[in-house]
Parts: sequence; structure tokens; C-alpha cells
Amino acid sequence: MKIATRHVDSATILDVTGNIDMANSPEMRKALLSEFRQKGVTRVILNLSGCQYIDSSGVASLVEGLKASREAGSRFVLFGLNASSKEVLKISRLLKLFEIYDDEEQAIAS
Amino acid sequence: MNPIAVKYLSGMDTSSNLSRDFMLKLELRSHPTLLCALRGALEPLMETLGFPDEQNRAIIRAVDEAVSNIMRHSYEGRPDQPIEVRCNRLERHVNGEVEKGVEILLFDCGPAVDTTKIQARSLDEVRPGGLGLHIIRSSMDTVEYMRADGLNQLRLVKYVRPAKDGCGSTEEKPK
Repeated sequence: MKIATRHVDSATILDVTGNIDMANSPEMRKALLSEFRQKGVTRVILNLSGCQYIDSSGVASLVEGLKASREAGSRFVLFGLNASSKEVLKISRLLKLFEIYDDEEQAIAS
Repeated sequence: MNPIAVKYLSGMDTSSNLSRDFMLKLELRSHPTLLCALRGALEPLMETLGFPDEQNRAIIRAVDEAVSNIMRHSYEGRPDQPIEVRCNRLERHVNGEVEKGVEILLFDCGPAVDTTKIQARSLDEVRPGGLGLHIIRSSMDTVEYMRADGLNQLRLVKYVRPAKDGCGSTEEKPK
């Protein structure tokens, strides 16, 4: 998994490439917590269009990111989820909990 | 020598209306980076067995979570322990119809699992962790654990179902 960071307007966009599974979910968690807790970013947009698979540990890292965003009074937005990623959030009853958009344009405009 | 192969167990379900054909055996070490390789090996096999995309993804998800649990809990993160994954094609006769499916057997040499302590947590609480078992159970038709000859064996079964209309929809149903 690779995470690239870029900035658009006031948002920080994290482009994820690869899988978020047991092997690298700690890295995902660390990246999200760093944005919300240390950098104090007001809006983090996670681009998952290059992410093929998310397992339960990956879901846990996203939930931690969401909690950190709420604690910081920031927003945490997702876009580009494939069918597999949506399914794992749905099974975990978390699909409605996250702010999810189809593409980057919508996510930035939100 | 693979200690799992030495102690290999036969499948548990020996119903007369069930036939089983061996398809694939994978031996891997308990290193999390191998999960990706495991998913990559299983996906085309499930397609070959006739599973539509959504069911294929469900099976991959269940196996991935089960093997992750072995790595995390049974082997406590030790990355060099043996895990065996065996896939059998199933056919069963139900009311004159033939149902096709897959049986996936996972073996590990970790300590016996205390089944009284295995419980999927409530999903009403929003918190990280504890979702793996829920995902496994919701993805498969049968999930069975047994311990014999010093091995943990998890048996996962899923039968092919016709693809639903709008297959791939992940919209949550209204509560």
C-alpha cells in the first residue's frame, strides 16, 4: 500500500494505492491520526479509487480516523470506493456513518 | 516437513447426499503480506466454480478474515508458522436439484481455540476492531470449528446462488 498526500484548497487528499489489510492497516491508521491530531487538518479526503481491498483491520483504521476527525472538529470524507470496499462497510453497518462520494470532484465540492 | 500435512484431517461432513472433489491446496506462512497472495489465488478459483462476483468477493473476504485471525490470535503475530488452505468443490442434492459450492478448510497448529470466548461483537457500537468473525459468518453458509490431533480446523462452506438483480448494489436497506 502507498499513501500519497496532496492539497486542494483547504482539503488534504490522501491517495491510497493497494490494499488496506492486516499487513498495512497500522500505516493507514497512523497517516489518518497524524492528519487530524498533529497537523490539525480541517478536512481529509481519502481517495480509495486505487484501493482494491479493505479488510476488517482496514475498516478499523477508517473508524479510528473518523473518531479522530470528530474529536478534532474536522471532516473525514471518502471517495472512489469499489464494490468490495462498499460491501465490507455495509456488512459492518458503517456505510451510512461515513461521508462517501463517487468521485474527487464531488468530494472536494462537498 | 509440514506438521499440518502430517496430521491432516478429513472433511467433517460425510453426508450421503454430498460429494466432494479436491481442487486446491495452499501452504503458507503466517506472514500478513501473504494475505494478498492468498486472495489472488482464490479469486479465479471461485470464478471457475461458478460464483458470481458478489459471492466471490464474500468468500475471499471470509477466508482473508479467517486467516488473519489465525495469524493474529492463534499464532499471536509470529510470522513463520504454518497455515494450510484446502479447497474442495461440493455438490449436494436437495429436493432433486443439484447445488454446487465450495468447502474451504483452514488448518493451523496454534493452541486450541476457546470457543466459549469467540463471539462476534454487537454492531450497534461504533468502534474499531472485532468485526472479523461477523464478516466471516455473514459471508458463508456454514462456519464450523473443530480441534483434532493438535490442529485447529475451520470449515467454511458456501453454495452458488443465482446472482440477484442489481448485483453489486451495496446500498443499505432502510431500517
